[in-house]
Amino acid sequence: MLNPFRGFVAVFYKEALHTRRDFGTLFFSLIIPLLQMFLLGFGIDTNIRQINTAVYNADGRRESRELLDRLRNSDTFHLVRYVETDRDLTDAIVSGQCRVGIKIPVDYSDKLLHQMSAQVLVLIDGSDSTVAGQAINVTTSIGLDESLRRALANSNSPLAVDMRPKLLFNPDSRSPNFFLPGLTAILLLNVTTFLTAFSIVREKERGTLEQLFVTPVRPMGLLLGKLLPYLIIGFFELCMILTFMRFVFRVPIHGSVLLLAILSLPYIFVSLSLGILISSKANSQAEAMQLAFLTILPSIFFSGYIFPRETMPKFFFVLSYFVPATYFIDITRGIILRGATLVHLWIDAAALFTIGALLLVIAARRFQNKVIMA
Amino acid sequence: MTDSTQLAIAAEHLVRRFGHFTAVNDVSFHVEKGEIFGFLGPNGSGKTTVIKMLTGLLPLSGGDATVLGIDVRKDPETVRENIGYMSQNFSLYSDLTVTENLTFYGRIYGLANHVLRRRMEEIIQLNGLAPYLNRLAAQLSGGWKQRLALGCAMLHEPKLIFLDEPTAGIDPVARRQLWDLLFELSGHGITFFVTTHYMDEAERCGHVGYIYFGKIIADGTPDSLRALPDVQPAGTYRVEITTPQVTRALRFARTIPGVRSATIFGQSIHALINDDLDPEHLREHLLKHKIVVAEIRPLAPSLEDVFVELTYKHQAEIEAPRA
Repeated sequence: MLNPFRGFVAVFYKEALHTRRDFGTLFFSLIIPLLQMFLLGFGIDTNIRQINTAVYNADGRRESRELLDRLRNSDTFHLVRYVETDRDLTDAIVSGQCRVGIKIPVDYSDKLLHQMSAQVLVLIDGSDSTVAGQAINVTTSIGLDESLRRALANSNSPLAVDMRPKLLFNPDSRSPNFFLPGLTAILLLNVTTFLTAFSIVREKERGTLEQLFVTPVRPMGLLLGKLLPYLIIGFFELCMILTFMRFVFRVPIHGSVLLLAILSLPYIFVSLSLGILISSKANSQAEAMQLAFLTILPSIFFSGYIFPRETMPKFFFVLSYFVPATYFIDITRGIILRGATLVHLWIDAAALFTIGALLLVIAARRFQNKVIMA
Repeated sequence: MTDSTQLAIAAEHLVRRFGHFTAVNDVSFHVEKGEIFGFLGPNGSGKTTVIKMLTGLLPLSGGDATVLGIDVRKDPETVRENIGYMSQNFSLYSDLTVTENLTFYGRIYGLANHVLRRRMEEIIQLNGLAPYLNRLAAQLSGGWKQRLALGCAMLHEPKLIFLDEPTAGIDPVARRQLWDLLFELSGHGITFFVTTHYMDEAERCGHVGYIYFGKIIADGTPDSLRALPDVQPAGTYRVEITTPQVTRALRFARTIPGVRSATIFGQSIHALINDDLDPEHLREHLLKHKIVVAEIRPLAPSLEDVFVELTYKHQAEIEAPRA
């Protein structure tokens, strides 16, 4: 006879009214993610291109100029300064104007002509490891390539081993393809966790929560009534992000959008439950804000969204299994980029469902003990 | 013992412990139907805890409570369906209009649409909310907020309404209007359980309980409390001494043999004195210290006197075993 969801409709309707009235919050919670999306989508390119490079060409003959042309054509280096002394070459790097300095010694062409090993000095600014790594790789391979070409020029034998790398799923190595599917998970978490935490803490601050407990509303009716509007907003947010991703940033979706939508539900539930957990601890909106950031940071750094999980120290790698975003990022990248299906993603899906159910139970219980009976 | 079906609230030996701390210690009292019960006590003395126990929010550690004939232990849900509650901060949604607030609480109690419409009309009429229906709750003044909150608490026609410090921070006019409204509603058979810090409000209640450190130390009508032997010990009487020099007078009055206690009230001193000290002697004693007394007249104890005396006595009882 007792309806455990009593009051659900009334709370849901009221929550919808709040949202409509407080249009500003809603607007910003929908627009800020889009803004982040534009920043990351257009502003960040992880492919290292056109590194500012200084050149000290002490030789100056045809062979040395050919080498410089090859560097230029690699698209990795942008030859911006030509200097005449070792000192100027070092200065160019120390001053920060150039990341790479290349010195071709005076006897470069001579040594090549005499079939001797010609050395080229490459100075690399190591303060940015990605740039440095790229510079090392490209210069080394240009050197190897050049050597091979000269060694094989006289014989007719082909290359013994010919590696032909082929990039699957993201053939042009476009950064948006990498960033945006992951960003979907982060933004969704952001919006839904913040909104639920705030909506409950606001009622705490006003004292209306206390009032509701003295009515026949059941805790489940209250929680679900408060969650559902934000579940809808979260879902709308997801659709919006996917639309922008597909049509503005031209990230192709290889898998099933429907599957993505279905699997996003447990994830949204996870973030809503996090919101409830936060609200059971926080007594003011400022406190809720801090706690929300605390939950979002691990999702950004340990989920594989920016840094690959495989290279993390053991401790953080294990930690990343406890971050719900890890699984959802797996799912979004899987479906969007690789066209994965449930067969490939069922472990992630199961993990999300488990975490979601667990968190909801913990959150509801904590809510009962810490908020209602406090 | 009174038949419990005649009672709005029957609290029997209520106990609530939080860990080792006993917040409510063997509290018993009865509130009859249609009464306005004033529940007083200093902050942190257990008032809110008792309300939470009676409304089924906090499980009882001991004792029994029946609210409107319903056992709180067995059926807290039904209790909550039949009572109204208004907290001190009025608990309104400031971004919703008056109508929306009323509608929300009506739906929470599961009122059918036609019942909700009828009750809203009645409450709007009774509380005079008609001019403000489309105004946001945030834009109402304190007095109107309080009327709206009361309206929300009584939409479902509860027979018992808990008011937790309903007049804190309200202007005197709104305060008086609220009490007029409470008396009118109580005339219709609604029982009120009101907590307050204002002594004048306590005087208006038909029945007063005073809780001090988790124990009820006074329970009865204001008049019966005034007549308690602890408040008015045998062989003593109370006087009001009017003098222009109250502060100096108080200092000396306390040294006169036969004066048991003395406190300042505005331009006069309220003193509890032994029967053998007559007012003329008191006047002469004070004159010796060059204090001119305009008037000395007998005085009935106020409720504040009652609570002060009972608190002293209770403190002495608490400390006696320790000594």
